Amino acid sequence: MLSIDPSKKNSFQRFISDGDLVIVYERHDNMKAVKVKKGSELQNRFGVFKHSDWIGKPFGSKLLSSKGGFVYILAPTPELWTLVLSHRTQILYIADISFVISYLEIVPGCVILESGTGSGSLTTSLARAVAPSGHVHTFDFHEQRAGLARDDFERNGLSNLVTVAVRDIQGEGFPDEFQGIIDSVFLDLPQPWLAIPSAARMLKQDGVLCSFSPCIEQVQRSCEALRSNFTDIRTFEVLLRTYEIQEGRIQSSDGGDESYRRITHTRRKRQCISSEDTGENADKATSTTTVMVRPCQEARGHTGYLTFARLNCQ
Amino acid sequence: MAGELVGGHHTSSVNPRITWEGCSVLLDINDGDRLVFARLSPAATLKIGDKKCSLRPLIGCPFGSLFRVETGPNGPHLERCVHSPSGANDMGVQEGGDRQLESESKDNRALIDNNSAQNLSSEDIDAMRRDGATGDEIVEALIANSSTYENKTVFSQEKYKRRKQKKYAPKVLLRRPFTRSICEAYFKKYPNRIGFLRIDTLSLLLSFANISAYSDVLLVDMVGGLLTGSVAERLGGTGYVCNTYFGGTSHSLDIARIFNFSSEFDSRIVQASYSHLCSVESLDEERSKMHEIDHPAGIQSIIGRESSTKCDPSTGSTQIQEVQSLRNDNSSLDEELGNTKENLSSGQEGLHENNATITYKAVNPGKQASPDAIKMWKEKGFNSLIVAAPELEVDSIVQKLVPLLSYSAPFAIYHQYLQPLATCMHKLQSSKMAIGLQISEPWLREYQVLPSRTHPQMQMSGFGGYILSGTKISNNSEDCNGNQ
Repeated sequence: MLSIDPSKKNSFQRFISDGDLVIVYERHDNMKAVKVKKGSELQNRFGVFKHSDWIGKPFGSKLLSSKGGFVYILAPTPELWTLVLSHRTQILYIADISFVISYLEIVPGCVILESGTGSGSLTTSLARAVAPSGHVHTFDFHEQRAGLARDDFERNGLSNLVTVAVRDIQGEGFPDEFQGIIDSVFLDLPQPWLAIPSAARMLKQDGVLCSFSPCIEQVQRSCEALRSNFTDIRTFEVLLRTYEIQEGRIQSSDGGDESYRRITHTRRKRQCISSEDTGENADKATSTTTVMVRPCQEARGHTGYLTFARLNCQ
Repeated sequence: MAGELVGGHHTSSVNPRITWEGCSVLLDINDGDRLVFARLSPAATLKIGDKKCSLRPLIGCPFGSLFRVETGPNGPHLERCVHSPSGANDMGVQEGGDRQLESESKDNRALIDNNSAQNLSSEDIDAMRRDGATGDEIVEALIANSSTYENKTVFSQEKYKRRKQKKYAPKVLLRRPFTRSICEAYFKKYPNRIGFLRIDTLSLLLSFANISAYSDVLLVDMVGGLLTGSVAERLGGTGYVCNTYFGGTSHSLDIARIFNFSSEFDSRIVQASYSHLCSVESLDEERSKMHEIDHPAGIQSIIGRESSTKCDPSTGSTQIQEVQSLRNDNSSLDEELGNTKENLSSGQEGLHENNATITYKAVNPGKQASPDAIKMWKEKGFNSLIVAAPELEVDSIVQKLVPLLSYSAPFAIYHQYLQPLATCMHKLQSSKMAIGLQISEPWLREYQVLPSRTHPQMQMSGFGGYILSGTKISNNSEDCNGNQ
């Protein structure tokens, strides 16, 4: 996933090869991670796709099925991975993830602690942020979940940046070996206040901690626990509103004072408005087209509260 | 000591946690009332209230240190102090249940606003100062002489105390210049200079564009260099940040100089005009000019060779001029950020002076990209693109820049207005240049978290801009090898 090896960096000259993990894109809301294997096939509503047809094509290519349907094959990124990973727990999404990375001041070379690992959605972005020389130590008390996350990191080529361990951080705290050498800590735990004293011991002076909690009561207790050793305690909620666009046709009717203009949506088969449509519209003298934009109907109303705090400088 | 720290800074890729002479810092005065970017030197001074303090005591201190203005025999000076255990933001949180109950039953029905609550006159306070009272002692005296203080709730007592502390015992917090602190400082004081780019929006741009080590990132940064700096910070001295521009004039990258980038980091920040990035002819021309220092290098050697972006003898003179003007710009920038409510003319001079004498450690990001690098980008494509150009017509430049990306490369376009992005998205859809297109608008709300008093803050930023994100695709579905 990450171009730690510059020769594997995404470029015009990098082609899909046997064994690559790729993202199969059907639509913006329908994607899937697939390991390319000679002899394998992908079957979906657009037909049967032979993996061997993909090998040697550049990433970003549109590839056809036996039936003439198509998909795009993309190189994985942490953002795409967040959309395709298997949900073993509730996961963090891009708005929270991106804010956490900036606010925790994570830059290449940082050493980070995370608990719990969950489905590894945030971990993948943490790994990207500390690469090439830093490291993410992530802990989950659920053995099977930790194992599956480890497999995912392996498949994405992140093993040298992420270490997954099984440990109950609320009960046992972080391992002593990290004492005083950690740049930032991320907590996504049901009772984060239990882990905060340990996190404080791990952090370097002025290091930043973030706790993600869905409920305000958790935030309340965490903030109380933070006040003894931390400063600059701030709680945020960050959300994304997405917009959709429509091409509209404006039709004028000439009726003197009664004249009006009506906007109708141009028919669209898929996401894309084909160029033929636009050509057709141009023929009609009475109608012009316009691009209209509105917020999407469905939106995420709440994910969690993000509480940040900075370890006191003594 | 400073010398050692500078050495450590050069070898370590992580932003160091202790200041050194010549280091860029953000000074947070009284919990964000004033934010000043400064460079530390023994000669640098800062004016707080009516007192001029040397910044020398800040050299060699860990970031996060807190200072107070104290008056000693040699006049006012900054002295390091410890954070109060309850931190700066809380109000009466350590109080036991009894006290809190008592406070909940208090209210302001008996409060009469006749300006007679304070028995201490300004002459009294001046006298105390002359006798060498510390700021904290003055605050205590003010509280003791306030007839209404006792009847206030715990929370308004705390508020009162903090207000007085700001005036009589100002605090200076030493902060690391990072994307987070720089963006927040500008957003608070000069949002128009960074195109109203809020920190959550900036963070999203960096994520959507998959900024990661070893990436070659194409930028249009018309937000003063904030974008350039934040991308370079994420690259950690690997890959390249290539700033492109239209119409012959490159954009200012002043803000990128506030980051404490080592020379290695700076060498990764280059500029190239759009016509340079595109035209093969000009490339060949330059190649012949550059012949003596040019290696017919493949991508590997360019990546490994930091010097490939340096030392172009033909453009050497213009570079120096550029650096010069950058320096001047930057010093005025320091002034202006420092120059808020209180008018601090001499403080400005101090910082200005400071800027002129400090030996910069190669703080000159934005050299012209080498022909080799341009050739490499033509062959391989950029790994990602971010556009933050509030003043440009976004649609046409995106149509021009997306083809410079390698296939499957993500991009993120920032704009303050929605309609231009909608038009841009529609064009990209129609031309089948990109998929996964999405316009998003981030929303950020901060909370006050206190026992029995938790609620969203009364003031919030109503607008952080819009982002159009997507992934470039290859258009020719069948003949995928003919991609040039």
